[in-house]
Amino acid sequence: MEIKLLGDKRTVLVRIMQELDHHTAAEIRKKTDAKIKSSNAVNIIFDFSSVEFMDSSGIGLIMGRYKMAKILGGKVVIYGAGKQIQRIIEMSGIDRIVKLCATYDEAIEAL
Amino acid sequence: MENIIKFEFVNKSCNENLARIVAAAFASQLDPTCEERSEIKTAISEAVTNAIIHGYEDSIGMVRLDGRIVGNTVEFIVSDKGCGIADIHQAMEPLYTGKPELERSGLGFTIMESFMDKIEVKSKPGMGTSVKMKKVISVHKNSQCMSQAEA
Repeated sequence: MEIKLLGDKRTVLVRIMQELDHHTAAEIRKKTDAKIKSSNAVNIIFDFSSVEFMDSSGIGLIMGRYKMAKILGGKVVIYGAGKQIQRIIEMSGIDRIVKLCATYDEAIEAL
Repeated sequence: MENIIKFEFVNKSCNENLARIVAAAFASQLDPTCEERSEIKTAISEAVTNAIIHGYEDSIGMVRLDGRIVGNTVEFIVSDKGCGIADIHQAMEPLYTGKPELERSGLGFTIMESFMDKIEVKSKPGMGTSVKMKKVISVHKNSQCMSQAEA
């Protein structure tokens, strides 16, 4: 994974590059939360364009970050999710609280 | 066609990936579509994660994946010999989780039920849990999932 602070947008950009399951979610959660806590960021953008697999652990990860961003007055935005991932996101209903975008530019726009 | 596999591993989360790859590779003998293959991977990942997180609490134990192909049906049993489930009905309710502190979404059984054709859960407190799942792989299709390098 890659994690970057977009200081002017008060946003942490998390690029997930591995399969997202219970095992990998732990590291992503730890690093994302640490970046949020050590910066002025209130929003989180997840880049899913390199993710080929996600199970319900990904939903737990997104919901947890949504709760955190909400407390800070920010948002969670996802972009680049493929068909398999979109299906699980829609099944969970979190697309009602987290914005799904196609591209990075759309995600920035959605903040 | 008839075939059987037995695969056993210790309840470490790094084995979740391995288990779903084994299941998908086994099912690939029936030439599933990409969608069917990804449904199997997801359902197995959910069952194995449940066994790893809930099966043995903080102790070490083995999780087993049995696979069987009969005709164009693939069947998997994910089992552990851990603490078992006291109330299966409650455990299978959408959004129910016994571990909210671990950010579990409670969608595991819902995903298994929607992605597989049949699911059967057997459990006894103190004796362990087994989740049996069946999926019929479509025979006639236009685009088959080419056997990609697993990673």
